[in-house]
Amino acid sequence: MDFTLSKEQQMAQKMYREFAENEVKPLAKMVDAEEYFPKETVAKMGKLGMMGIYFPQEVGGSGGDVLSYAMAVEEMSRVCGTTGVVLSAHTSLCAAPIFENGTPDQKAKYLPKLCSGEWLGAFGLTEPGAGTDAQGQQTRAKEVGDNWVLNGSKIFITNAGFADVFIIIAVTDEVLDKRGRKQKLCSAFIVERTDPGFKVGKPEDKMGIRGSSTCELIMEDCTIPKDRLLGVRGKGFQLAMATLDGGRIGIAAQALGIAEGALDETVAYVKERKQFGRAIAAFQNTQFELAEMKARVDAAKYLVYAAAMKKQQAMNGAKVRYSVEAAEAKLIASRTASDVTRRCVQLFGGYGYTRDYPIERMMRDAKITEIYEGTSEVQMMVISGAMLK
Amino acid sequence: MAEYNSMDTAAFKGVWVFCEQREGLPQTISYQLLSEGRKLANDLGVELVGVILGSELNEDYVKALGGYGADRVLYADHPLLKDYTTDAYTKVLCDLVQEKKPEIVLIGATNLGRDLGPRCAARLHTGLTADCTHLDVDVEKYKNFLKTTSTIDVDNTKFEENTNLKMTRPAFGGHLMATIICPRFRPQMSTVRPGVMQTQEYDEAAAERCVVEKVPVALSAEDIDVEIVEIKKSAKKLVDLIGADVVVAVGRGISADPEKGIALAEELAGVLGGVVGASRAVTDAGWLSVDHQVGQTGKTVHPRIYVALGISGAIQHLAGMQDSETIISVNKNEAAPIFEASTYGIVGDLFKVVPELIKEIKTLKGMA
Amino acid sequence: MKAIVCVKQVPDTQGKVAVKPDGTMDRSKMATITNPDDLNALEAALKLKDETGCEVVVVTMGPPPAEGMLRELMARGADRGVLVSGREFGGSDTFATSQILAAAVNKIGVGPEDVVFCGRQAIDGDTAQVGPQIAEKLHLPQVTYAANIKKEGNTLTVKRMLEDGYMTLKVNTPCLITCIKELNEPRYMSIPGIYSCYAKPLEVYDYEALKDDPLIETDTIGLKGSPTNVYKSFSPPVKGAGMMVESVGQLVGILNDKHLI
Repeated sequence: MDFTLSKEQQMAQKMYREFAENEVKPLAKMVDAEEYFPKETVAKMGKLGMMGIYFPQEVGGSGGDVLSYAMAVEEMSRVCGTTGVVLSAHTSLCAAPIFENGTPDQKAKYLPKLCSGEWLGAFGLTEPGAGTDAQGQQTRAKEVGDNWVLNGSKIFITNAGFADVFIIIAVTDEVLDKRGRKQKLCSAFIVERTDPGFKVGKPEDKMGIRGSSTCELIMEDCTIPKDRLLGVRGKGFQLAMATLDGGRIGIAAQALGIAEGALDETVAYVKERKQFGRAIAAFQNTQFELAEMKARVDAAKYLVYAAAMKKQQAMNGAKVRYSVEAAEAKLIASRTASDVTRRCVQLFGGYGYTRDYPIERMMRDAKITEIYEGTSEVQMMVISGAMLK
Repeated sequence: MAEYNSMDTAAFKGVWVFCEQREGLPQTISYQLLSEGRKLANDLGVELVGVILGSELNEDYVKALGGYGADRVLYADHPLLKDYTTDAYTKVLCDLVQEKKPEIVLIGATNLGRDLGPRCAARLHTGLTADCTHLDVDVEKYKNFLKTTSTIDVDNTKFEENTNLKMTRPAFGGHLMATIICPRFRPQMSTVRPGVMQTQEYDEAAAERCVVEKVPVALSAEDIDVEIVEIKKSAKKLVDLIGADVVVAVGRGISADPEKGIALAEELAGVLGGVVGASRAVTDAGWLSVDHQVGQTGKTVHPRIYVALGISGAIQHLAGMQDSETIISVNKNEAAPIFEASTYGIVGDLFKVVPELIKEIKTLKGMA
Repeated sequence: MKAIVCVKQVPDTQGKVAVKPDGTMDRSKMATITNPDDLNALEAALKLKDETGCEVVVVTMGPPPAEGMLRELMARGADRGVLVSGREFGGSDTFATSQILAAAVNKIGVGPEDVVFCGRQAIDGDTAQVGPQIAEKLHLPQVTYAANIKKEGNTLTVKRMLEDGYMTLKVNTPCLITCIKELNEPRYMSIPGIYSCYAKPLEVYDYEALKDDPLIETDTIGLKGSPTNVYKSFSPPVKGAGMMVESVGQLVGILNDKHLI
């Protein structure tokens, strides 16, 4: 596989780095400590075309590619895990399914404002009793006259507190399978924050990515017009799974970025910090730790970039799937992030455990990448499922 | 007047100093340049001429230029020369050069001089060397200069024996020194940054001897394309780094808490009787205003005591402070280049070292 | 109406500096950046474009790889680029450089409403000469050290910084302005800009393209046309390292003994 970045990708990477260094990094500590949602950064990213990187300019996007998007999440996460996930959830979980499944009217209504950052997007699948499991879904949508009426709740919804547009998965139909058992069929809907009967609950108090707004969504007779059905009725679960395939590339890129950021901090620290009269970089334990972490991070990077390029092929019209690549990338990148940040804290010693240095924040931020948008166990189910098919 | 030809080098004689005035007051850079120009004129055995442009200037000020070395002052007095405009000043200075043909013209590298110098050089078709830190015409003196400031094996190097102006300046952000010559064209023009050259002792008798020559000015409003709407002095008193006895400068090392770092520097400057300076990193970040900047692109200082707090010592910074009498640096990186240039160094966190330093000095001075 | 922006690619002297055995800087080993002040000049031009919809042309003199910089400037919003490149132009000092750039700007064409923007100075030379010299060659009025620019019709009101304050000046187009950091905050490249910059026009002006301009003579450009040349270059001396002291107490003691405090 050719990993040579195109001229445009190299240029974008340079721009992301400058932006991250100047605009994102200075806020990262505060975003974490005060659970501050970086809305000013989101507005800046919107202005620069970062909120719709890989969608064509015709629909309001930036005309870039999926790898460039993954690199954006990577570079933001390198300095601030929260900013990385805000970008990822918005793009992969809201703008992408509308772009891939929306009617021309839906695309025209939502994509320009999502891509410009005027509107922020979110995605609601997980419920108190169900994660990546269609049959466990309790939220229901009923046709009432010209409307759909939704009832139920969703939890752990990234961006919820600040999002304007939500993709909501709800049960719309029940059929009997071959053996006569009831099967729930889901559909996807576009719900706006201002729709009647729609409420955003209290934000979660989280271990990491503390500035990202993670809330419950409550729908009590939430009434939306008929034309908010996204994609085919009854195929909402498949839509959600396909959406998560894309989302996992974003989270894998986030994990990769967090790991790289931890290495950046650690390399600088070990050159400065002295023990027994020498910089700790001079000790072979430090050198070997760094070497192994770097090799693992680069390995994860190849998987993440490969998955992004595979999705690009699909975007270009090739009949390819990238579920396995995305799952592999997320599995390995998230484990690498957790492992690397933990080992980096160790190299920092006592200082690493304090909030004077960003490394403990990175360790806390890394953990979530093994959990959301499908836990590592779910990724392994996806990968082995394809192997044993 | 015969056609002016900047390549007819033999026709040019004398050293000129453009004496900048603002609001009628000659700027100190003028005295520094006259003092330097005096040495060059002596070496060449020619006249040193101060050129001052203005409107109804105090004649005492004009005459006083002689006290800093000028044998003669050319004074262009015209209402349109009251305040600096590129067009009027360029025209008058170029007209004078074309008429009187000096071999050397020195201009202060101030925001005005750096506007005027290049415009004149382009019009006169000659070279201009910016921001010089050392000037020589005499080859022996130049060799002696190189002996103390370079690694060049001077005795085994050939030098052309002529009196071309050898203009030495830092290049590439101060990573390199370059001596520039302008052998084929005249006048040889050079700008010099304020604070680089030392002002000679004022010589009362020389001022008396100095001849002030009012020159005719052919200038009309049509010559000036830019209109001055207002001139405003900064309300905030700018820090006088150049004249300071003690400078306490802060660098990137304060980034953990810039406000506290600056407060500490101010307190230390207070007890030492000095002012606060900064490296480019600090002024670029906006933690201190640009007038605090010491270095190649900032100010050149040579105080009695220079304290560098959290400054790594990039050559660009060293270029502005390495001639200080005593340099004390505090840096937590023991490999920081600043220690190479320091008289005394302490490895440590400035946020810990400086409060201790302040306390000790206060105790010593009975201020505690 | 056009805004023409003169830019320069410079070695990043803030980063690591590579030095050749002879003491001169090894540019090939150093990262290059767009000269910082030139980004402020571009931003001033782009602001004018935001207000008036004018065209923004970026022009640089340099070797062929300088195209990469021009593309980045187009990704920030410039409409087209001109790369002035030719062996004949090599070795130019500021005088000769301004001859060539002025000829290039002439070829682009300065209309009655146009503004030429330059950065105040380049970080590799710090001379601040090329801007005013281009203005002189083009017979344009100049304002240097611009910290604020307002345009009404064909009149620009410019705040020009002095060391101890500022001047407010009025100047009519066409004119040349040199810009400083305080003027504005340069915008980033945008993603749509990045993905469309290679489709924007880029012209290369070589010696052939410019030779008919009266400013271009064999004795006004390149090494031969440069009034100044380097006589000697050398590394500044490194002072012997001073004394490292162990404690604040020791330092204060020494300073006191030497009557420094």
